[in-house]
Amino acid sequence: MSAVAPVTLAEIRKGLAWRKQLDKVFVIVGLLILLLCLGLLAVLFLDLVIQGAPRFGWDFFTSFPSRKAERAGILSPMVGTTLIMLVTVLAALPVGVAAAIYLEEYAPKNWFTGIIEINVTNLAGVPSIVYGLLALGLFVYQFDFGQSILSAGLTLALLILPIVIVATRESLRSVPKAIREAAYGLGATRWEVTKDHVLPYSTGGILTGLILGLSRAIGETAPIITIGALSFIAFLPPSPVTGEFPFLNFEWLKSEFTAMPIQMFNWISRPDQAFQVNAAAAGAILLGMSLAMNAVAIWIRYRFRKKINW
Amino acid sequence: MTTQRPATPSVAIALEDRQPTRANPPKAIAKGLNFWYGTNQALKNIDLTIPERQVTALIGPSGCGKSTFLRCFNRMHDLQPDTKYQGAITLRPDDVNLVGPETDPIEVRMRIGMVFQKPNPFPKTVFENVAYGLRLRGVRNRTDLAERVELALRGAAIWDEVKDRLEDSALALSGGQMQRLCIARALATEPELLLFDEPTSALDPIATAKIEELITELRERVTVLIVTHNMQQAARVSDFTAFMYLGELVEVDATSKIFTNPAKKATEDYITGRYG
Repeated sequence: MSAVAPVTLAEIRKGLAWRKQLDKVFVIVGLLILLLCLGLLAVLFLDLVIQGAPRFGWDFFTSFPSRKAERAGILSPMVGTTLIMLVTVLAALPVGVAAAIYLEEYAPKNWFTGIIEINVTNLAGVPSIVYGLLALGLFVYQFDFGQSILSAGLTLALLILPIVIVATRESLRSVPKAIREAAYGLGATRWEVTKDHVLPYSTGGILTGLILGLSRAIGETAPIITIGALSFIAFLPPSPVTGEFPFLNFEWLKSEFTAMPIQMFNWISRPDQAFQVNAAAAGAILLGMSLAMNAVAIWIRYRFRKKINW
Repeated sequence: MTTQRPATPSVAIALEDRQPTRANPPKAIAKGLNFWYGTNQALKNIDLTIPERQVTALIGPSGCGKSTFLRCFNRMHDLQPDTKYQGAITLRPDDVNLVGPETDPIEVRMRIGMVFQKPNPFPKTVFENVAYGLRLRGVRNRTDLAERVELALRGAAIWDEVKDRLEDSALALSGGQMQRLCIARALATEPELLLFDEPTSALDPIATAKIEELITELRERVTVLIVTHNMQQAARVSDFTAFMYLGELVEVDATSKIFTNPAKKATEDYITGRYG
């Protein structure tokens, strides 16, 4: 005979009702917070669109900045941002993926790799202006890349490298042990297991991480101001593609540049009210670019999830 | 209590029409094999001879080291840090010591195939799954590949089910089909010894029956070593059965003998269901 009286059905029902109430409370609180965040973003975006509305038009995209607000456009910052992002991808993707593969698949687990791991994770939290200072000393002066698209792209690559590495490692780790064992069991070497299996199966996660990194980099202002972005550029860098052999031209890497956030910053700091409209329009476009990149990331993740479900 | 009676009725039926087993010449011989995970000794001084082109089953309660023993044959433990082998598993005819430090584990895995507990096809096409081992061996010619893939799929009794779906994802197959695909993948490279690590533990009874039938057929072409936690399965598919307990090999004999007249008390207790 137990000393504790058994819980009666009435008590169970009473307790259950209370617990289900708590469940509902959480749902409501969660929804409220979510709506608040999304609502703020929506209001911000709408505000930019409404403010910038007069400037939306083909001219805005095809004009260089100008002293006259109504004639100024975002051609050079758009091209600049695009080319900088190109350099960032080309630098951050191979370096980040290679580093992640080494850390995840090859590196022995000891105190040294432990320290490297902690540092990589911490680098994601370093203020971006610090990367700018590093890049100013290293890329601009030491390597003599100048105040160029190359320097800016490499700077932002450094900035998002930790994001790419962490996302890639997570993605590599999610490939089940059983799949690796299957490949090893057939006599594959470590590199063959990585290149034929682990890497292809984690492509979705890697690309998602890269794009999330890029959508952070696209809005970064501080580091590229530090390395010397200009705010008034009335020319385009030399085209990367040329009509004659070898069809590729790398002069654009050395070109001076401006970028979307810089252009916005420049317009905002002008006394002439008309430029505020330009800034708002550019802001809406930048936000749109960033959201579009995130949408691509979601789409890629969905595509790969559908193909590979462990 | 007599040791003469059959262990369980179903086992007795399975054994009834089995010819008395005579051992073929050995394909692999384990001698004084010890194995450690860190400081924890998982295998203790194991001696076992595996006859060529016959099925040898490893049985024993959970944690007895049967899977650990199986994984020594293709050096799977080398993928984990801090493991140690001692002793020898000699593979005939060239008498290479599979667990010797001088032996390349990748070479070992190219000679010895393995089928795992859960079906683990690559998320690629059916064709690419089977072709992967061949590609690793440098087979590039499309016709050669196609021919050998078909041969392997036929060998694994799955050709008729997948011949029109070779370019479909292997993940679209059923669990039983996936496991037979994994067997085909292992067969494609014509291994000298084929290891099965509880190959039916994730499958339903019908899929299990198909795999068991396949294993008994495979005996014609390849030496098989199978770990199973299911005694009936050992009785149905194997010619020889080895009973392991607490990292030691207690007894090995013809399957019919182990299940009807085991020599050791521990074996009898296990097969009569007193523990495990």
